[in-house]
Amino acid sequence: MSNQHTSTLRVPLVSEERTLGQLTEEICAPMERKPSRMWWVAFALAVVTLAVGVGMVTYEVSTGIGVWGLNKTIGWAFDITNFVFWVGIGHAGTLISAILFLFRQKWRTSINRAAEAMTLFAVMCAAIFPVIHMGRPWNAFWVLPYPNDRGSLWVNFRSPLLWDVFAISTYFTISAVFWYFGLIPDLATVRDRVKGGLKKAVFKVLSFGWTGSSRTWHRYETVYLLLAGLATPLVLSVHTIVSFDFATSVIPGWHTTIFPPYFVAGAVFSGFAMVLTLMIITRVVLGFEHLITIRHLENMTKVIIVTGGIVSLAYGTEFFIAWYSGNPYEKFTFMNRAFGPYAWAYWTMVTCNVVSPHLFWFKKVRTSPAAIFVLSLVINVGMWFERFVIIVTSLHRDFLPSSWSMYTPTVVEVGTFVGTFGLFFTLFLLFTRVLPIISIGEVKSVAAFARGSHAPGHASHPAHGSETPHEHPAEAPEPLPTPALAAAVVRKDMPV
Amino acid sequence: MSPSQSVLLSYFDSEEHVLDATRAVREAGYAVHDVYTPYAIHGMDEAMGLKPSRLTWVCFGAGVLGATSALSLQYYTSVVSWPLNVGGKPFNSFPAFIPVAFELTVLFAGLFTVAAFLLRSKSFPGSKREALPRVTDDRFVLALRADESDAKVKALLARHGALEVEQMEVAS
Repeated sequence: MSNQHTSTLRVPLVSEERTLGQLTEEICAPMERKPSRMWWVAFALAVVTLAVGVGMVTYEVSTGIGVWGLNKTIGWAFDITNFVFWVGIGHAGTLISAILFLFRQKWRTSINRAAEAMTLFAVMCAAIFPVIHMGRPWNAFWVLPYPNDRGSLWVNFRSPLLWDVFAISTYFTISAVFWYFGLIPDLATVRDRVKGGLKKAVFKVLSFGWTGSSRTWHRYETVYLLLAGLATPLVLSVHTIVSFDFATSVIPGWHTTIFPPYFVAGAVFSGFAMVLTLMIITRVVLGFEHLITIRHLENMTKVIIVTGGIVSLAYGTEFFIAWYSGNPYEKFTFMNRAFGPYAWAYWTMVTCNVVSPHLFWFKKVRTSPAAIFVLSLVINVGMWFERFVIIVTSLHRDFLPSSWSMYTPTVVEVGTFVGTFGLFFTLFLLFTRVLPIISIGEVKSVAAFARGSHAPGHASHPAHGSETPHEHPAEAPEPLPTPALAAAVVRKDMPV
Repeated sequence: MSPSQSVLLSYFDSEEHVLDATRAVREAGYAVHDVYTPYAIHGMDEAMGLKPSRLTWVCFGAGVLGATSALSLQYYTSVVSWPLNVGGKPFNSFPAFIPVAFELTVLFAGLFTVAAFLLRSKSFPGSKREALPRVTDDRFVLALRADESDAKVKALLARHGALEVEQMEVAS
């Protein structure tokens, strides 16, 4: 637990020497300077895309869901694909903020805030799809169990779709609370930096009168741990319940017990890819390369290798069981997936999700932001296709060959999906302007990690409960000989 | 406790110094009013002699409340208020009630715990409390229930790296 016992092989989490004051300055800087031209360009693009989405949804709601390409055979397609895709994206944020916190992975500190924000925005995008799929979204509140004058007519608590309502709304609420709770000390930092005026008043209200009292910090840490402990099973439950939407039905290709772990792993896989996409841009644009270091990116690619492996195993298991079960319908569905009319979607999925993550076994790829960026996009495409394949190929050739059909999305469906990206990026870009996107307090607490205590304002963490003064060697860790593979790569953050 | 009291504030520039000073003054028998820091310091709870927070019990209680509320609601709607025979399955289809019960357990536990934290630490939007200078940036402040005229404590603080010492009235 204590950092004094840190091996000299550990590398600093903040790759350049910074004082506490400098960290405050740097992290608050993007909020205090005028937005760059690049930001305006990105923001304009995002808002235009969002406007497209708003237009499409308005048209769809005012006309009816007949404007979508769904038919009697394929009742779920683009919308549910996008719903599962966006919920999955959100899962990485909770994984970073809660699960890595429980595992004491200190490298999470500089990416957790942005990843949690990403979770919130992704869940907002996800929630749009089932609501507009209802056809009459103004009656969306009917999914809640409230006493009414229709009987009372209650919701069906035995339906996985209702479980979804509870899972997604709880997930959004708890994620929002967790995120805001983590923000309170930083809001106070911003409050104390602002000289006066409206901004000061706003941050004063938002920071809840935070004084930095250790008595409060002590309780704060307890509550943070509790929230992490609650969010961890919650995030696993959310995608489990999403997978129940499929697994509890009798459709071949859906009715399998591996769906919950398979969906959760897939969600983390795609979510980490999205975090990487966002972080690689953010760190360069905001100049946070020493806070969100190559090492952070590298660690995330390792998570991608693992979850990608789980996803690949699930694909294999599905095929094996389709054969081993002796169920002709199951077998047909899977042969149809791989060699039927949607084979192109299936093989796109396999290429992106099974093959491409293995490039991360190479250190050169893991440490090149450009390569990671491209692969993260590839994985996101692959994971979108995974949901498309699961949903559409299982439905389009059902038990009755006379009802077999094909599905093609309409412009409205594509436009709505593109529009959710607009919403996502609009919110994320605004977030980078108005709030500290890196947890100032948490980064300060790890600024001295694996560093000597010689720097001004930089003390190494003394041992837990130890009264002796710090006797750790003050010099930086000895540089180790550079392995041949990494020699070509310039690593600013660590002596390789 | 009186509505306001006089404390001796000493400023430090690193967590190492403030931790040492806190341990030293407590050993010397002074009452630590509070320590104000820019981030949570590992080991400060022990240095100050703080007991483990009881908020964990709130969390547990709220979780139990969430689970019972969810199960009661589902039982009431499915068995009492409008029983619906679906293929002869039992009205109280308990396994199917687990997901919602789980979600509400988490929801209640999370919301009640945070609410209890805000109440206990008297934090709320519109609070008039203000942080000491630079505490939310890069200063560490040890607040002692001691008097400025006490030369012994001032020497002790100086030896542990206090940059500045001042007397102040604070709300208790």
